[in-house]
Amino acid sequence: MRWIGQPVPRLDAPAKVTGRAIYAGDVTLPGMLHGRLLRSPVAHARIAGIDTSRAAALPGVKAVITGRDTPGIRYGNWRLMPQTQDELALQIDKVRFIGDEVAAVAAIDADTAAEALELIRVDYEPLPAVFDVESALAEGAPLIHDEGSLTSNVSLDRKIDYGDLEAAFARAAYVREDRFELPSVSHAYLEPCACVAEADLEGRLTLTTSTQTPYMVQCLLASALGMRENDVRVVKPTVGGGFGGKMELRSWEVCAAILARRTGRPVKFVLSREEELAFGRRRHAMTIRSRLAMDRGGTILGKDLEVWLDGGAYNSMGPTATFLCGNFGAMLYRHPAYRYRGYHVYTNKAPAGAMRGFGAPQALFVTESQMSMAAEELGLDPIELRLKNAMVAGDEIPGVAKISTSGLAECLRKVAEATSFERKRATTAAGRGIGIACSSFITGGVFNWFDTPHEFSAAEVRAHDDGTVHLLTMASDIGQGSDTVLRQILAEELGVSIDRIRLTAADTALCPKADLGTWGSRVTLMAGNAILAAARQVKDELAGVVSARFDLNVIHEIVFADDRVFARARPERGVSFGEAVAMAMRARRGGAVIGRGAYTPRGKGLVTPTFSFAAQVVELEVDRETGVVRVEKITTAHDSGTVINPLGVEGQLHGSIHMALGYALCEELVSREGRTLNPTLLDYKIAAAEDMPAGESHTVEIHDPEGPFGAKEAGEGLVSPTAPAVADAIHHATGFRSCSLPITPEKILFALEKKGEE
Amino acid sequence: MAKVTIDLRVNGEPHEVAVHPWRTLAQALREDLGLTGTKIGCETGDCGACTVLIDGRSVTSCLTLAVEAAGREITTIEGVAPSGTDLDALQEAFVRLGAVQCGYCTSGMILSARYLLSHNPAPTELEIRQALSGNLCRCTGYQKIVEAIAEAAKANG
Ligand code: FES
Ligand code: FES
Repeated sequence: MRWIGQPVPRLDAPAKVTGRAIYAGDVTLPGMLHGRLLRSPVAHARIAGIDTSRAAALPGVKAVITGRDTPGIRYGNWRLMPQTQDELALQIDKVRFIGDEVAAVAAIDADTAAEALELIRVDYEPLPAVFDVESALAEGAPLIHDEGSLTSNVSLDRKIDYGDLEAAFARAAYVREDRFELPSVSHAYLEPCACVAEADLEGRLTLTTSTQTPYMVQCLLASALGMRENDVRVVKPTVGGGFGGKMELRSWEVCAAILARRTGRPVKFVLSREEELAFGRRRHAMTIRSRLAMDRGGTILGKDLEVWLDGGAYNSMGPTATFLCGNFGAMLYRHPAYRYRGYHVYTNKAPAGAMRGFGAPQALFVTESQMSMAAEELGLDPIELRLKNAMVAGDEIPGVAKISTSGLAECLRKVAEATSFERKRATTAAGRGIGIACSSFITGGVFNWFDTPHEFSAAEVRAHDDGTVHLLTMASDIGQGSDTVLRQILAEELGVSIDRIRLTAADTALCPKADLGTWGSRVTLMAGNAILAAARQVKDELAGVVSARFDLNVIHEIVFADDRVFARARPERGVSFGEAVAMAMRARRGGAVIGRGAYTPRGKGLVTPTFSFAAQVVELEVDRETGVVRVEKITTAHDSGTVINPLGVEGQLHGSIHMALGYALCEELVSREGRTLNPTLLDYKIAAAEDMPAGESHTVEIHDPEGPFGAKEAGEGLVSPTAPAVADAIHHATGFRSCSLPITPEKILFALEKKGEE
Repeated sequence: MAKVTIDLRVNGEPHEVAVHPWRTLAQALREDLGLTGTKIGCETGDCGACTVLIDGRSVTSCLTLAVEAAGREITTIEGVAPSGTDLDALQEAFVRLGAVQCGYCTSGMILSARYLLSHNPAPTELEIRQALSGNLCRCTGYQKIVEAIAEAAKANG
């Protein structure tokens, strides 16, 4: 193929290496004001009163707003269940976490806005607060959301049951039960959130914002302000990473819009890194209890999983995490009987939301840790045990999903062979360890929690008589490279060169409705399929006119390649792509040649059309004196279906390992009494270039019938195997099996000392 | 406090700017001169997104006051390419080898690399990694960035 599978350099890279790419924070407009948010310094309190008069009187301050200046309409991503929509841009009656937004100012510069914040007086009447799941669930715990019908701090629960679990445990030869603690971590995308809002004199709004879901922001902003959806235009500029952290309507977006309408001037908000780390979205901390039943040979009979998610003060994307964690708990292996109970619990802390992997890093840490523990206790090879239970194409998760294709077994064999796993696992050199873990992830979500009335993805392809093509889509590139991948897909399908394709993306006023944005590894499959559908309309029309022009028998196959349209059997009977478009336009008496396509996963179960799979081996060394772990090599084999752009897929793998190594060994948002103690990149440490281990990767290419050209996801699944593989390798090196993350030197030393005493 | 007028020489062009004494170089470049290729990721000196060169040496412009940079030779990402349409070897290697994802760290990475290659034209992989110790990237795992810098060194060599 000409474009699919090629390492096509990203088309936006030249703009990025020259500093010309424009991010939201780079936007300056004439007359623009600068906004800042006032946040609560207390974790839980009633707001008795707010006095903004001194701030409003400060020279240079153009407007100050509080919750009373907003419509007070609660919003949230889960429109399907309105009772979960629990957020306000500015709090009116009470605050629920340190950092909860209570007022906003717009001033002529950022310094004046900051000064104004200090002049706002808020009277808080403190309420008892809860900072962990256990106290939030305790008898007599304060109710964090008392405005609705909730009677406890469990905001939502999810149950999954299939198979006869009791019978499975009754006949099991081997049962184990373990408890796991997973920490809260930050996306730490490098670009702090920013936005600029403009209000025109006809009452319409334009919001340029660092988001991965512009269509969702459009809908929610309109509803939060009581506006018509199409009077709000949301534009996604270049975005500096998101990883799930930029997929909701956020307070500053609403405040910018209100302040822009009030002042008649554009208003810009830029968050600080401290705001991001201390108050921003994060991955859910979870407490997980898992009971696993196997027969003597290690075949899984059943699993009983209970998960408590520390949701923080609002639902955010917690409901999805609660649902997906249940699904991922049953992934990788066949589970004839399965029971899942997930509880999303409010606490007086910054809300957790979506983050790369979305329930999978936690659920699969549990699955993979228990698989390795079981293998050891049953005296089985950890790879053999996994192979015995591995999901294969055609397997079903009852009522939920079907495995379209699976390269899991092949991935396992590949990494085992590439690393001489068996031999190294059998040797025990002091301090050296080798570990294994697998992963799986969805390729886009099916469940319509946003309750969109539109197709899940849509594309418009305009073919021009000069041989160029214009692609319009709401798909949102936030750094992963989808703008390039989608053009590769269109170039391949239309047989035109990629530089002839202009792209207009992620502008709700220009692009076809709609696309749910970037999350759940959905873009390549969903937007890709929508683009193929649009391209095929164009091709049908052009094939017709070329066929007529050359008087071709109807059985001729018309080919689109090399910027030409021609009969495969008689290549000379054809014209350039542009000429074919010109002919079609003449046939239409001047009408444009436009294809419109859409994709919605129908009849694909409740979760996803298809899953990716991967296996990973980690080799490391543990310094028994200091507890410091040095990861030496990570070997990965992954089944991402057809790889459309190897540069992009490798990049996703490397980035996933970076994030996952942090999850395994050092990253954690530490808080005390609801206050984040490490809100700087100095204290919240992410790996630098020197800290990264060597890597090796193998691609298991399986054409998946669901994806465009056979592609599956590659952006998120790979973030899951590293932590359990590291834990497994540390166990191999030291005998210490950690059921919590991150596995810090302190934890290792403590465990080794205990072992020594025994 | 009153503003002071300083001369900033950026990418070979002279600019006269009135700034508060506490204004950072990053702010002055981005907001007063409109050179938004210099990014701000933390404002505490921890991420390296704001890296620029002053008299050829890399500095974090969020921790440098604009007044300190007065009269010195400043290079930002906008001044790296030899012309508006051509790329230099580092930029070209970053593009071709996939060292750019979201791009937010890219300006800082390229300037840190440029400084490295200016005093060590043939660095080892370890030296490259060490030279990037002040530049964080959340997208790439650094692998392709390191490869691109090695490649550019070769091309320059
Ligand atoms: S913005 Fe200067 S080091 Fe992060
Ligand atoms: S490319 Fe996104 S932070 Fe480096």
